[in-house]
Order: sequence, then structure tokens, then C-alpha cells
Amino acid sequence: MTLSVINLPTAPDDHRIARLAAFAIGLSLMEAVLPSPLPGVKPGLANIVTLLVLQRFGWRAAAWVSLLRVVAGSLLLGTFLSPGFVLSFSGAMASLAILALACKLAPNWFGPVSHSILAAFAHIGAQMAVVYFWLIPHSGVLYLAPVFAAAALLFGIVNGLVVARLLDEAAPVPAPAQS
Amino acid sequence: MSQYFKPGDWLVTLAGMLLVGSLFAQLWGRSEGTSVVIRSGGKVVAEASLARNRNFEIQGPLGTTLVTVENRRVRIAKDPSPRQYCVQQGWLSHAGEAALCLPNQVAVELAGAVKPYDSLSY
Repeated sequence: MTLSVINLPTAPDDHRIARLAAFAIGLSLMEAVLPSPLPGVKPGLANIVTLLVLQRFGWRAAAWVSLLRVVAGSLLLGTFLSPGFVLSFSGAMASLAILALACKLAPNWFGPVSHSILAAFAHIGAQMAVVYFWLIPHSGVLYLAPVFAAAALLFGIVNGLVVARLLDEAAPVPAPAQS
Repeated sequence: MSQYFKPGDWLVTLAGMLLVGSLFAQLWGRSEGTSVVIRSGGKVVAEASLARNRNFEIQGPLGTTLVTVENRRVRIAKDPSPRQYCVQQGWLSHAGEAALCLPNQVAVELAGAVKPYDSLSY
């Protein structure tokens, strides 16, 4: 029994990120039980949370939420450090990199739908690269690329529309301090 | 729904569709054959690029099968088989296409950059 108690000082921003990450983890757990016709074709519902956070709280918060979701989600599913984890991690990193650029685009022209599509393509692109260069170095893998890309486009559009809708419904928040 | 699509979103969607379409065309379209593999009795007896026009004379149990490569296409020009199915197949030019002269045990198959299916391998 430890007698000493370690107290980490937390800021309101940390609590918000934790809350949003928990939300994203919940969505990815729900998604994990959905049957998929092809391993790798998933709606990526947790990305809705990432995109919402990006729109309202900025890229840093979105990166935190996304990476916490990947790590904590894999701990809950028991896939931490497995190939599946590496795939989600690399996909999340590529999406975040693209989103860092995409959120600089003119907001009057490019909305959440653009962000979502770009992030989905980056996600599947990185995963295909990892699969091809590390897991299955065989040209047969590329045969499935069109299917994955089509799924990325479809789910990218759907998730983007969900984000746009949610942003529309939510009352504008007072500008938060950038964490 | 259209209120959520900004002008740039349409552009991104269009670009995504073009990307998906070109991926399908590139990876699922029928690719041109680049080389020909000729087998006799199940064993590979000749393998050649389609870039050069030439003839192959393959000996089988019934006699000689004449395989012609011309203008990046292949056909079986002459064969001793009774029903002449493989000769009637005419020119082959796409990867994965094949002509079999079963009585004379000669098989001609085109290979490309991406092999569309591999069920024709012995």
C-alpha cells in the first residue's frame, strides 16, 4: 500500500481533451464490433470526434484526442503494439499531418467535408504503405487499393457531413484558450 | 445537405472520385501483356518478350505447334490438334489470356506487369 499520493496538476483544457478522447474511444470500441466485409474497411466514426475537435479547439487538441484514442483504444481492445495498432497509429499520424495542412485552407471554401475526405485518404494511404512495405510485401496487396480508396471517399464524405451537421447544431463556444 | 458542402468540398470530392476511378482503371483494368510463356507437357519451354516478332515451333506428342509473336500479340498459327480450338482463338494481347492445345499438350499464356489471376499456373 502506497502512502504517498502523486497529484498531477490538471488544467481545464486537459479535462476537456480527456472527455473528448473518451468519447472517441467509445466510438472506436463500438465500431470494433461492427462486422466488416473486408478487414480495413471501417467507417472511422472516431474521426468525427477528431474533426469536431479540430474545428472548435484547434489542431493541437485534435492531435491529443486522436493519439489518445489510438493508444487507449488499443489497450482496451488488447491490440496494443500489435500490427493492427501500428496500422491505426500510422493512419492517425498521416491524417493529423494532412489535417495540419488542410486546416490552413480558406474556411469559406473548404469545410469539414474536405478535411474529412483528405484525412480519410491520408489514413488509408499510410496504412496501405505500412502493409505493403512491412507486413505483406506483395503486389497483390495493391489490388485492393481501389476498394479501400473508394471506401475512404465514401466514409470521408459521410463523416464530413456528420461533422458539418453537428457544428451547425452546436451553439458557438466562447473561444477557448489554446492549449 | 448542400448547405454543408462548400465549393471547395465539391472540388475535393471530385478529385477523390478521379483518384478512385484512376486507381480502378490502373489496377483493375486489363493490362497489356508484356511477355509470353509457352509450356509443353506442363514444363515451360520458352519465355519471350512480345517486343520482338518471332515464331516458335513446339514439339508435342501429335507433332509441331507453331506459335507466332507479331506486333505485341500472340497466336497459335498451326497445330495438329483435331478440333483446332487454340488456333481459332486467334490473337491474344492482354495479360492473363491463354490458349491451350490440349491434344498436343501445348499452352501459351501472356504475362503482364500485374498478373490478373493465377489459376492458370500448373
